[in-house]
Amino acid sequence: MMGRRGAVLSLPLLLAGCDYQTYQSIFSDASTEVHDFNILFVIFLIVCAIMYALVIGFLIAAIVRRSRTGPADVVEEGRHHQSNPAMRTGLIGWTALVGTGLMALAIASFFGDRSMANAAANEKLSVNVTGKQWWWDITYNSADASKMVRTANELHLPVDVPVHIYLKSDDVIHSFWVPSLAGKQDLIPGRDNDITLVPRKIGIYRGQCAEFCGADHAKMALIVNVDSYADFLKWWHHQLESAPAPTSPLTQAGYNFVTTRQCSSCHAIAGTPANGTVGPDLTHLASRRSIAAGAMPMSEGNLYGWVADPQSLKPGNHMPTIGLEPDQLHAVVAYLETLK
Amino acid sequence: MTPPDSIPQRIRAQDERLARERGTIARDGPDLRGAELEARLDRTWRRTPGIIGWLATVDHKEIGRRYIITALIFLALGGVLALAMRVQLARPDSALISPQRYNELFTMHGSTMMFLFAVPVMEGVAVYIIPLMVGTRSTTFPRLNAFSYFMYLFGGVMLWVAFLLNIGPDVGWFAYTPLSGPEFSPGKRADVWAQMITFTEVSALAAAVVLICTILKARAPGMTLARMPLFAWAMLVQAVMIVFAMPAVALCSSMLISDRLVGTNFYNAAEHGDALLWQHLFWFFGHPEVYIIFIPATGFVSVITETFCRRPVFAHAVVVLALISTGILAFGLWVHHMFATGLPRVGYSFYTSASMTVAIPTGLQIFCWLATIWDGRPRFQVPMLYVVAFIITFVIGGLTGVIIAAVPLDLELHDTYFIVAHFHYVLIGGAVFPLLGILTYWYPKITGRMMSETLGKISFWMVFLGFQLAFFPMHFSGLLGMPRRVYTYPAGLGLELPNLLSTIGAFIVALAVVIFVVNGIVSLYRGMIAPPNPWGAATLEWATTSPPPPYNFAHIPVVESNTPLWDVDGEMPVVTGLRVDEKETLLTTVVAAVPDLREPIPEASLWPFIASVAVGIVFVASIFSPWALAFGVVPCAIAIAAWFWPKEMKRHPEPVIS
Amino acid sequence: MIPAPRFTDSVAELPTTKFGPSSLTWWGIIGFMIIEGAFFGLAFAAYFYLMGHEQGWPPEGRQAPNLLWGTLFTIVILLSEIPNSMVKKAARQRDVPTIRRLMPVIIGVGVVLLIIRGFEFNNLNCRWTDDAYSSIIWAILVLHTTHILTDWGDTVVLWALMMTDLGWEGRRLVDTDENSMYWRYVWLLWIPVYLLIYWVPRL
Repeated sequence: MMGRRGAVLSLPLLLAGCDYQTYQSIFSDASTEVHDFNILFVIFLIVCAIMYALVIGFLIAAIVRRSRTGPADVVEEGRHHQSNPAMRTGLIGWTALVGTGLMALAIASFFGDRSMANAAANEKLSVNVTGKQWWWDITYNSADASKMVRTANELHLPVDVPVHIYLKSDDVIHSFWVPSLAGKQDLIPGRDNDITLVPRKIGIYRGQCAEFCGADHAKMALIVNVDSYADFLKWWHHQLESAPAPTSPLTQAGYNFVTTRQCSSCHAIAGTPANGTVGPDLTHLASRRSIAAGAMPMSEGNLYGWVADPQSLKPGNHMPTIGLEPDQLHAVVAYLETLK
Repeated sequence: MTPPDSIPQRIRAQDERLARERGTIARDGPDLRGAELEARLDRTWRRTPGIIGWLATVDHKEIGRRYIITALIFLALGGVLALAMRVQLARPDSALISPQRYNELFTMHGSTMMFLFAVPVMEGVAVYIIPLMVGTRSTTFPRLNAFSYFMYLFGGVMLWVAFLLNIGPDVGWFAYTPLSGPEFSPGKRADVWAQMITFTEVSALAAAVVLICTILKARAPGMTLARMPLFAWAMLVQAVMIVFAMPAVALCSSMLISDRLVGTNFYNAAEHGDALLWQHLFWFFGHPEVYIIFIPATGFVSVITETFCRRPVFAHAVVVLALISTGILAFGLWVHHMFATGLPRVGYSFYTSASMTVAIPTGLQIFCWLATIWDGRPRFQVPMLYVVAFIITFVIGGLTGVIIAAVPLDLELHDTYFIVAHFHYVLIGGAVFPLLGILTYWYPKITGRMMSETLGKISFWMVFLGFQLAFFPMHFSGLLGMPRRVYTYPAGLGLELPNLLSTIGAFIVALAVVIFVVNGIVSLYRGMIAPPNPWGAATLEWATTSPPPPYNFAHIPVVESNTPLWDVDGEMPVVTGLRVDEKETLLTTVVAAVPDLREPIPEASLWPFIASVAVGIVFVASIFSPWALAFGVVPCAIAIAAWFWPKEMKRHPEPVIS
Repeated sequence: MIPAPRFTDSVAELPTTKFGPSSLTWWGIIGFMIIEGAFFGLAFAAYFYLMGHEQGWPPEGRQAPNLLWGTLFTIVILLSEIPNSMVKKAARQRDVPTIRRLMPVIIGVGVVLLIIRGFEFNNLNCRWTDDAYSSIIWAILVLHTTHILTDWGDTVVLWALMMTDLGWEGRRLVDTDENSMYWRYVWLLWIPVYLLIYWVPRL
């Protein structure tokens, strides 16, 4: 499982006795990068703990020593301008120890960095992530333009395959951070950043924007599904399919609304006239695990709430509350539910 | 000198008359001493009572007290904001406080603590104590000192009034662009923040010049640089750091206001500007800023350790070198705040090494303090308890700092609660604990009474243990995946317990601070009357009454060692000959402190206050229109000219600054 | 409690004014010079940082500022050092009549410089809102203009004082000497500003 190092880290939490998920933390140990992090972190913890123990040991010894009966170099005994000669040696030794310790840690850090950078050599998959207030616009690249997939707020990645993620921002600075899989990297307008990672464990992981980006910074989450290669390909092919045509009068009414009213000016649904690029692509909305970048889990009830009044659930976000009639709301949600 | 012929006869006659009058001036010495001298000095140096006197005073002790009290009020306000945030974060998915309001809370908390509490309180303590500690009658440039306080006060008031009027800033205390730029922060919130910076950096720069000149030029005769107390060294290093660091934040915040108000493009990527330019300039200031807060606190620790261990700090010269090298190194670290921005990796390694290197001089200081405790005979009254708490707490923060100096580790931990834990450990452990200790230590000197030792010990244990409860769990919150600046977090990630513990701890800390303040207020009336030197300390501020008279010392002392009061045998050597009926002090040479010049000290004046009002109005108005700068130049120029213009146009036998 | 005083030397015969680093205001002015230097230095750093992003400097389609007015400014301000040095020397010699005669010259030169500065702004060949290049050269020029304006204002007030009997006092002479020192700083700082605004875009 996590090995001894992971146990060292999680011991205090186990002692706390709480039941928790690790899908948003280093404790999931789900990639090479995070595994390297955990090793390096434990090395640093051990060295730092030793240094701390020395400081506290010296402190306690110095305090305890005051009750000695022999002379002290203090003003009351007229010896305050003298000091223990052994201390001078101690000072030099301490400096050498601290210097050596820090150098060792710096070297460990350097090697750890190299190891993480090399982990994702020969990346096979390339994804563009564009940060926007307050969601993630995701495009899977392909040499063949017809095979490119656009989605939002949710990544699917194949296990053991290095992936190169290109990071851009359309507005302010965001930060791409999926702690279970890698360290963070900022998305900065006017700059092209990138991150590479190699997921090693199949599972579902959660990330969050880690650079304060305004009103809904706290609700800009990202779900990452790490699948087997076969499942990943299946997902990709499904993403390439257009949205299914509506099959019932209710969903037809919803389709009409979505493709002719305000929705289509921001959102795109493949295979329909709706081709707005300002907001998330909705073609396969219903197969995603959350709504509005992790604002709430995907469910019919939550979809109702979101479509009816996005502003109350994520105040300040760029989807306006347009005040749908109840029957319009039913129709739209019914249609959206078909977008699997 | 010009030949006597070219000087007009009238002027020559004046010169001769003044030379004669010079001989009749009363000066201190064996012929004028004791109660009669003190009465006359008091009349010369005492400020007029009433509101005008209050606004016009140039007494560094009064200005220092104002700084400290104002800073403690801002500490309380910032602390209340923290409690509000902690209540919101005590439970997951909480809807107590809206995201917008929460964003304002953490912006105000950070800005208040960093700009309105931490730096000003250090300035205030220094402004009060340094002239006493170096053996002089006043700070140099006392009117500039008064001006700097009013600028600080007005900046803080402006920020808080804006917050209470719901136009307070909401972009974080660091206001990254382009979020804080014109496109993504419409309205005036970010402008209020940027202009608060302008007020506080003008204040800090003015105070820095005052302190540097006081420490270098106004020391008592015989107080060579080698004999100068470690606290004075700490303040000298800090003031020089302010001189180099503050212009960076002044520049970047002015560029931000300019982008927002008149359409420049410094930070606008679409027009070839760069969002990262902000980060470079801000952190070039921001990293030294935390050392600007920490280094005076190391001065406090040296002061307390010396007095309570009954010996000077071990390896004095090493501590001085450590202070200087920390101050210099602090300027080479700023990119460690930007490890996630995608700059070239090879450059990052330099900043990792520099960030680790800066731990060495600090580690040296810690050794020296511990060696002093070892060599000495420590007495654990309240101030010394805070020193122990400092060592236990600050070193943890320093070590987590070493951890995040490593790029691969920082990339996971940056912008999480691990960082929040780190900087509170170094700032509260490293600056606030020594501050509480030093306020207890110098309270008798400032007020003439002792604080209650019992209440002091109660608030000490509460703040020390409450702090650990509040902030230690944040290391785990960060490791469990909680980012910063989020108004809530989802359930199920294991964040509930650490956040709840942090909230409980925060309230304990708040209660401890309340008890500390109550102690401070009650002791004003019920505290034991303090003698001049209740702790038996060695430095010159204890060589006068508690509180000191307006003129600090009846005679300027001569210093012959680095622990003057421990080395004089009942009799303190003093120089004589300073004027008694006009304000005068002695300037000495920079290194060897040889008496050099007699310097008049300015009289009280309303002009620093008036000038700060004029400048303040211009700054606030320029939030709304750039024309305020153009028009405002005139009243500000008039106020500043009036400040320097002598009150009376007659010549005096010895210079007077009226 | 408080140790009794043991009287040593008298400092009554020490002077109350001295020129150079013995003067307290010398240190205050040096302090402000360092602060302004840091401000300018960081602005220069921002200039080079923004320049590093560009292929060409000035960027495509923009002309470098006209050389005429900036060069004229440089010549006039360098020439102003002549009366400035004369005033400084006169201050050290207590030659108040010379100071009273020459300071208006410097004040007049200041007015001329400010007028030239107005022409300079008009001939930068860009508006501060155009792009980052325009913003930074305007910013640096505005910074230096503030520099000129404040020292000009100081000089006017000081001249007014020198015209009274108080001008014969040691303190005022030290003020004059230090004001001249500060003016040297103003034109010294102009040189890198001039190079950055007018010549670096021509490289």
